[in-house]
Amino acid sequence: MPKLYTGAEILFKCLEEQKVKHIFGYPGGAVLPIYDELKNHSSVKHILVRHEQGAGHAAEGYARSSGKPGVVLVTSGPGATNVVTALTDAYMDSVPLVCISGQVPTHLIGTDAFQECDTTGITRPCTKHNWLVKDVKDLQRTIHQAFEVATTGRPGPVLVDIPKDIQFAKAKYVSLKKEKKIKIKNKNRFNQKDIDQLIELMNKASKPIFYTGGGVVNSGPKASELLRELVALTGFPITSTLQGLGSYPGDDNQFLGMLGMHGTYEANNAMHDCDLLINIGARFDDRITGKIDEFSPKSKKVHIDIDPSSINKIIKVDLAIVGDVTDVINSTTKTLKKKNLNLEKSNKQKISKWWQQIQKWRTKQSLNFINSDKIIKPQYAVQRLYELTKNQDTFITTEVGQHQMWAAQHYKFNKPNRWMTSGGLGTMGYGLPAAVGVQLAHPKKLVVDIAGEASVLMTMQEMSTAVQYNLPIKIFILNNQYMGMVRQWQELLHEKNYSESYTEALPDFVKLAEAYGCVGIRAKNPDELDEKIQEMINVDKPVIFDCHVDQAENCFPMIPSGKPHNQMLLGPKDQEENKITGKGKALV
Amino acid sequence: MAKSKSAYSIPSKIGKLETHILVVWVDNEASVLSRVVGLFSGRGYNIESLAVAEVDQKENLSRITIVTTGTPEVIKQIVLQLKKLVPVHKVANFKREDKNVIFKEMALFKIVGNSSKIKKTLNACKKFNPVILDQTNKSAVIQITAMRREIDKITKNLKSHGLISVSRTGAVAMTRGAGIFN
Repeated sequence: MPKLYTGAEILFKCLEEQKVKHIFGYPGGAVLPIYDELKNHSSVKHILVRHEQGAGHAAEGYARSSGKPGVVLVTSGPGATNVVTALTDAYMDSVPLVCISGQVPTHLIGTDAFQECDTTGITRPCTKHNWLVKDVKDLQRTIHQAFEVATTGRPGPVLVDIPKDIQFAKAKYVSLKKEKKIKIKNKNRFNQKDIDQLIELMNKASKPIFYTGGGVVNSGPKASELLRELVALTGFPITSTLQGLGSYPGDDNQFLGMLGMHGTYEANNAMHDCDLLINIGARFDDRITGKIDEFSPKSKKVHIDIDPSSINKIIKVDLAIVGDVTDVINSTTKTLKKKNLNLEKSNKQKISKWWQQIQKWRTKQSLNFINSDKIIKPQYAVQRLYELTKNQDTFITTEVGQHQMWAAQHYKFNKPNRWMTSGGLGTMGYGLPAAVGVQLAHPKKLVVDIAGEASVLMTMQEMSTAVQYNLPIKIFILNNQYMGMVRQWQELLHEKNYSESYTEALPDFVKLAEAYGCVGIRAKNPDELDEKIQEMINVDKPVIFDCHVDQAENCFPMIPSGKPHNQMLLGPKDQEENKITGKGKALV
Repeated sequence: MAKSKSAYSIPSKIGKLETHILVVWVDNEASVLSRVVGLFSGRGYNIESLAVAEVDQKENLSRITIVTTGTPEVIKQIVLQLKKLVPVHKVANFKREDKNVIFKEMALFKIVGNSSKIKKTLNACKKFNPVILDQTNKSAVIQITAMRREIDKITKNLKSHGLISVSRTGAVAMTRGAGIFN
C-alpha cells in the first residue's frame, strides 16, 4: 500500500518540487490545515502580509525581479476577493503568479456558508486559468499544471481553489520525476522564412526603429543580451515601453528613451516618421499608440510576440512573428551574421540621415524642466536618486501616477528585472508591497519604491511586513499632497476644477515611519536633498522618505488624448518659446 | 470636433459587420461554458446563438457552436482569444455565406387549432422536414430544421395558423464532403 498524504501535505510536496522558496499569505479558517502543515516544510518560507492585496503585489515584485513565479496563499471569501486586484494587475502585465485559496468544505459550497464566495467565478476573467479542486486525487496534477500554465507562453496569474475537506482528505503522491512529463507545447510558430523576410525589411529600411516591451524582460535575461547584440549589429535606434525599460541600457546613445503618452519627443517622433517599425514583445497599448488612425502612418510594421492574440489586435502589421523573443532574436542575429550583411556599416550611410533627424529632435530635450533652488522639483529628486544609486545594483518599484512617469523618464536602467511598475492596470498601492517581494528575492540589494503620497497610503500597512522580516526597503515619496496625475488632467482638460484631488489631511510620514518601527526622513529643500538621500541609502532598515516637492509641477512631454505621436505637448520652457513663434498654439 | 476630455482616444470608424459561425472543441469540464461565454461578455463580443453538447464521451469533448457578429478584425480576435483558453482544443471559423458548410437550427412549434390549421402549418413547413412529435384533436407539436433566418420568417407567418409556443436551438454546423476540420 503506498503512503497516503493529506491534501495539505500534497500541496507542500508540490511546492517543494516546484522549488518554491517563499509564499506570501494570510491565514484564515478555510486554509488552516495548510497553515498547520507549514511547520513541517522548512524550505518553504511564509511571509505574513497585512492585507491579501499586499500578498499579491509582493508576489508580483518577487516574480518580476527574479523571473520565478510568485506564490500567494489566502483564505476563502474576503481573502480571495482582496487578492483580485493583484491578480488582475498580474494578468494585465503578464506576471506569473500561482494563487492558492482556501474554500469552504465541498458539502457547503453553494449554501452561502461563512466566508464563502464563488472564488473561481470571481477570478475567471483575471486569471489565465483557475481550478476548483473537488477531489484530493486531482490536487497534485492541478498544482503542477497551475505552475505550468502560469510560467509558459505569455506568463500570467492562475488560481487553485482548495476546499477545506480536500486539505484534510488523503491521496497518493507520485514524485514529479516519476510522473509522465507534461508535454510543454512549443510556443514558437515562426520559421526561417519569417526571419528572412524580417531581414529583407531591415535591409531595405532607411528609417527603422525597434520598439521593445515587457516581452523582452519576460523572455529572460538572455533576451536582453541578444537584444543588445541585435541593436549594435543593425545600428538602428531603439525605444522602449514602460514595461520594457532595462532590457536595453537607458544611457546608451542608440536608446531614444521611453515612448508613449509621456515618452520623449525623439522616441515618439521617430515612431511617427519611421519606415520600418519592429515591435519586440510589446502590445500597441493605447498609452503607446495615441490616435490609432494616425499611428506611424508611413511604416512597414513587424510584430514579434509569443501571444498570437496580441497580433493585429490594435494595429495591423505587415509581418507577424509568433514566438519567444529570445528565440526570434537569436535566429535573426544568427541569420544576419551568416548572410554577412554587415548592416552596421552598409546601413550606416542609408540611415545616417535618419540619425541626423533624430539628433534634431533630441535637441528639444523634451525631458527638461525648470529647476528651482527653493523648492524640490520632483524630476530633480528622481535625477538625484538615480545619480546617488546608479553605482550599485538598484531595484526600483513605483506606485501609479506622475511620480511613476518621472521615475520612468529620469531613472536610467541598465539591466532587465530592475524595474517593477504597474503598467496595464495602473494600480495605485502596487509599489510598496512589490518592494517587499523584490527585497525578499534580493536580500542584499537596494530596493527603492518611488512613490506618491496618495498611492502609498493605499497599501501602507505592508511597512509592518517589511519591519517584521527586516526588509530594508526605501519608500521614496514625492509628496505634493495631490493625486498629481488627476490634478494634471483637471488642470489641462477640466478648467482647473481640482475636484477631490487634494488630500486635506495627510499623516506625518516621519512619525508614521517611527510608529511602524522604521526610519523616517524628510527633505524640504533642494540643498539638503543629496545628504538626505545618502542617509536613506546608508540606513539598513526600512525607510519612509518624505520628499516635499512642487505641488504644481506637471508631467511633460505629453501626448494629449486623441492626438498622434507627432503632436506632443512639451514642457513649460518650450511652450514659452513656442508662444513667441506662434507654433505652439497648434500643439495645445 | 469637440475637444476630448478623456484620457482615452475617441472611437474611430467601425468597419463592416460580418456574421460568423465559430465551432469550439473543448474539454467537457466544470465551468468551461462560463469561460467561453465570459470571454464574449468581458470583451464586448456578440453572441447571436449558442449550441453546446458533449460529442465524445470517451475523450470527454464537447462541441460549442457560436453564431457571432463583428468586424473581420474582431472575429479574428475572438478566435485567437478562444484558442488561449486552457480547455479549448481547436476553433473553426466559418462565414455564414460559406457554401461548404451546413448550418442548421431546430425549432419546435406548438400549434393550437383544428386539423386544417395543422395541415396548413405542415404545408408551410414543407421545405424544412416537418415532423409531428405530438398530436391531439386540437393541437400539434411540430419539429422543423432550417436556417436561422428561415425559422425567423416562418415563425412570423405561422402566428395566424395558431402558433402559440416556439422553442429553438442555436445553430449547429458541419462541413460538406468527406473532410473534417482540423
